[in-house]
Amino acid sequence: MSNSIIKVENLHKSYKMGNNALHVLKGIDLDIKAGEMVSIMGSSGSGKSTLLNILGILDTYDRGNYYLDNIKIEKMNETKAARFRNKYIGFVFQSFNLISFKNAMENVALPLYYKNISRKKRNQMAMEMLDRMGLKEWANHLPAELSGGQKQRIAIARALISNPKVILADEPTGALDTQTSYEVMNILQEVNKMGITVIIVTHENDIAHRTQRIIRLRDGIIGENITNGDFQPITDNEIFTNN
Amino acid sequence: MFDRDRWQEILNAIKQNKFRSILTAFGVFWAIFMLVVMTGAGNALTNGITHGFKDFATNSAFLWANRTTVPYEGYDRGRWWSLTNADMEAIREQIPEIDVLSPRLQGWNLREGQNVVRGERAAAFNVMGDYPQYREIDPCTMPYGRYINNEDIELKRKVCIIGEKVYEIMFDEGEDPVGQYLRINGVYFMVVGVFKSNNPNINIGSNKKETIYLPFTTMQQTFNYGDQVHFFGFTAKPGVNVQSIVDRIKPIIKKHHKIAPEDDQAIGGFNVQSELQTMEYTFLGINILIWVVGIGTLIAGAVGVSNIMLVIVRERTKEIGIQRAIGARPALIIGQILTESVFLTTVAGFLGLAMGTLVLHLTDMALEAARAQAPPDEQSFFMNPEIGLPMAVASIIILVIVGLFAGLIPALKAVRIKPIEALRHE
Ligand SMILES: Nc1ncnc2c1ncn2[C@@H]1O[C@H](COP(=O)(O)OP(=O)(O)O)[C@@H](O)[C@H]1O
Ligand SMILES: [Mg+2]
Repeated sequence: MSNSIIKVENLHKSYKMGNNALHVLKGIDLDIKAGEMVSIMGSSGSGKSTLLNILGILDTYDRGNYYLDNIKIEKMNETKAARFRNKYIGFVFQSFNLISFKNAMENVALPLYYKNISRKKRNQMAMEMLDRMGLKEWANHLPAELSGGQKQRIAIARALISNPKVILADEPTGALDTQTSYEVMNILQEVNKMGITVIIVTHENDIAHRTQRIIRLRDGIIGENITNGDFQPITDNEIFTNN
Repeated sequence: MFDRDRWQEILNAIKQNKFRSILTAFGVFWAIFMLVVMTGAGNALTNGITHGFKDFATNSAFLWANRTTVPYEGYDRGRWWSLTNADMEAIREQIPEIDVLSPRLQGWNLREGQNVVRGERAAAFNVMGDYPQYREIDPCTMPYGRYINNEDIELKRKVCIIGEKVYEIMFDEGEDPVGQYLRINGVYFMVVGVFKSNNPNINIGSNKKETIYLPFTTMQQTFNYGDQVHFFGFTAKPGVNVQSIVDRIKPIIKKHHKIAPEDDQAIGGFNVQSELQTMEYTFLGINILIWVVGIGTLIAGAVGVSNIMLVIVRERTKEIGIQRAIGARPALIIGQILTESVFLTTVAGFLGLAMGTLVLHLTDMALEAARAQAPPDEQSFFMNPEIGLPMAVASIIILVIVGLFAGLIPALKAVRIKPIEALRHE
């Protein structure tokens, strides 16, 4: 219990759609230990992003419990949520979500700006992080001048800069070719080796295969929870149903 | 507020909406420009009009005799009558609230042909009889010599003081007129001074520049006016209402001259205090109008800024979502939008202020140039268009407030953006 970084009990979430409610998560139980690297799989629309957003305190849940680093996460105001996100969580998105008019270094430094760290200090820290990503010479380039792989590495650097305990990555390789995908996965594995918990949403088997554990969502509950090694690739048929 | 990241955001947002930003900023620019120019013009009007009598005793009034309009005690209506020395004494005695009382003679009948002669020179001028006290009602400077004094009055000296125009025509330029003689309607008077009124725009009875003032008593005797007083001016002691004194003077005069108490037109008058008050209300009205129009335009400008900020917020929805996801607090987002809005309005408004001031300055220069060429007698009703520093400071403060208000709705809208919603549409 004490070393679980994320613990979810009987989590429910539904979206109101006019008069109807779309029940997306119907009782999720999840326990992720600190330092684990986990992938979440499931067909399109199965609620992977919804779950990840709740874990990242970007969204609220209706019922159940959620403990982040043993702190119960409940409805909270935005200022407090922002502080939690800044302290515990780093996000990596499929579409990178870099700020277009800021160069690589400034993008990486941005979370530190929200922590009121001086410009000089945060740029220096951002440069170190870029160096570790092998992107030092791209520091002054704008996102538009970078390749997809480079952009994602910058996004990872930005996620790492504030020393989070958890990296939440929603289909981080979804927009990348296989070669680049593997490079990004290498980096995420490196990150994990540093002791940071990594949770990756993906529907690519080979990506999932590189994590220690695979959680498969099905019909709003956890359908399978496979520790790596026992992993069975899903059939071709199923792959087609994943957008 | 002054860190580089925030300014980077602001400049970028403006850069991305260059045309729209400039267009909306123009609204604020125009509002301030109009406000400045209109206020300047209003001030110029006030300056131009009040300049002509800025030194005139504002707590004063003038009264004179008119034909009666009501039959009374056996007299028909339409009777001519005259104010007299005795009236003046009675008034002075009975109304201690009067500060200065200055009876005057107006020599209408004297200005005929060329009534003033000096050697070869001859011209027609007005002649008036005055007490030294008149200078306290209508202050003047003396380019030469002195004003009429009490000894002149007591000794009925044959002296005179002359207006600028009289000096100009009867004397050579730069010539000292003091001690020289003028023949006025056949009688020689020694010039003791040249006066230059501080209030050239107020002329009661005659154009002062073309007038010769004689000691009142001298004039009464020399030109056979008996004990007549043609009209008189007075000032009220501080804190006393001029009209209340007028209302007390009239019955005294009416009783002396057997004028019906209800005859309102038998005594003519001009109350400087109440006329000025009317004028002040007019100026106040003009100012209020200017501000109403100016503020209205400014509000329209603010709505424009608010609109462009809404557009900017909408276009940056995703960006704001990202910032929120990586830890930006709502206060920071609000601060950003507000700074941006205040920046837009203040810069635009400041340009308006600068431009308006420039236009006023150029107008002022043009007016000065025009005045230099115009004949010196011409009255100008438009002078020194300018706005004061307080007005400039006030408008900057108003701009900041307007900017804050304009940014308020967009800022609240920006914090209501949920990060997930912002990030979802990909
Ligand atoms: N904000 C929302 N409002 C309404 N429905 C939503 C919202 N977000 C997601 N959904 C719906 O919830 C379901 C799960 O979505 P999501 O978690 O994005 O699935 P996944 O990431 O597994 O593809 C989908 O049917 C989606 O249409
Ligand atoms: Mg998804």
